[in-house]
Amino acid sequence: MPKIKPPVRTPHIDMTPMVDLFSVLLIFLLLTASFRPQEAAVITTPQSVSEKTAPDADLMTIFIGKDGKVFFNIDNGRDTSTHFRSKLLEKIGEQYKIKFTKAEIAKFGTMSSFGLPIKDLKTWLNTKETKDKDKLQTGIPMDSTDNQLAWWVREARLTNVGAEVAIKGDADTDYKIVKKVMDLLQDNKVNKFNLVTNLQKQEISMKDLPAATK
Amino acid sequence: MAEIIQEEKGKKGGKRKAKKHGTRIDMTPMVDLMCLLITFFMLTTAFSKAKVMVITMPDKEDSKDKDKDKPQIAAFRTLNIILSEGDKVYYYVGMADPKKPPLPMLVKTNFSKDGIRKILLDKNRDLFAKIAEYRDKRVTGKIVVSDTTLDNEIKRMKKDDKKGPIVLIKADDKAKYKDIVNIIDEMAICNIASYAIVDINSVEKDMLKNAPK
Repeated sequence: MPKIKPPVRTPHIDMTPMVDLFSVLLIFLLLTASFRPQEAAVITTPQSVSEKTAPDADLMTIFIGKDGKVFFNIDNGRDTSTHFRSKLLEKIGEQYKIKFTKAEIAKFGTMSSFGLPIKDLKTWLNTKETKDKDKLQTGIPMDSTDNQLAWWVREARLTNVGAEVAIKGDADTDYKIVKKVMDLLQDNKVNKFNLVTNLQKQEISMKDLPAATK
Repeated sequence: MAEIIQEEKGKKGGKRKAKKHGTRIDMTPMVDLMCLLITFFMLTTAFSKAKVMVITMPDKEDSKDKDKDKPQIAAFRTLNIILSEGDKVYYYVGMADPKKPPLPMLVKTNFSKDGIRKILLDKNRDLFAKIAEYRDKRVTGKIVVSDTTLDNEIKRMKKDDKKGPIVLIKADDKAKYKDIVNIIDEMAICNIASYAIVDINSVEKDMLKNAPK
């Protein structure tokens, strides 16, 4: 008796559950995503055992690059209606007698870190090419004659009273510069710093205790 | 041309009976796209938030109340750590007062496990043992406490500690930022109760010049 051959068919996989799953994942990721903010300089943070996480809003960050360039960033606050950045730019504009247009202020509100003298800010905001923009980023001046960083910090402190301060310094920055920034912050009554670091676990126990020398 | 074809199609379609079985949509392109999107999001989202190390500095003293309210530190408890160029670490115990010679000798060490950590642990023996024991008990299940209780308990132990060293961290102009972070990190690892970052003074700068290279 000949065997009954089943008709050869290409197997068809039902992809509906897979699509369902993917949709769920996609929606989840879309909703939880907080995009990595673009940073003005590449900064390799030093390592530490600290497991505390930085607050995700109401944070003023000062970036210190390897070459000693200083960048500044402040977020718009937890409440989206506060628009701290725009307010800050207006205040700084008043301080330095620079008139920013509404469009410039709005644009500044959506950007992140920056590091350039105030006189270049207007040009920077109106430059479209990223390359040209990066060229303008020469660091915020903080000499004793014209300490612009101090003004940014001061006005930012007045704009967002509850903001914490984080310092994100490159591991190879000279301590001198970091110290200068810290002093400047202390002059503005900031005594608590969050130093941004990379987590690197190190466990030590009783065994590591050196033998008593007596 | 186009019109004719359309007409033909229309006629044919009208005549033909609609098939009964359910339509099957080829989902492969959709799945492809979704895979792509998911990978993209996975790579761009910052899942791990930045870790921070919190340091609190004392209020800068105003020129008015200088010398007032200055905490008195027992000299034998003070451990001065001086950071210098090329990850070098120097330390000395006590005070460097030019009026009371001889000046203490600087001892050179480094950031390795047997370097500064050994010295810190040795000085901080009691407190470290106490905290390690407490943690151990928690790990082995002898005591059950929440994370916050653990933190508070450790904080209390640190506050009550009267024997451990008081570490003064000083950095000269050539030190790097990572050195400072490293040394504060060592403080956390060794459970040092009291430490402060202070400015280096001229006496110590001189001592550093004569220090072993």
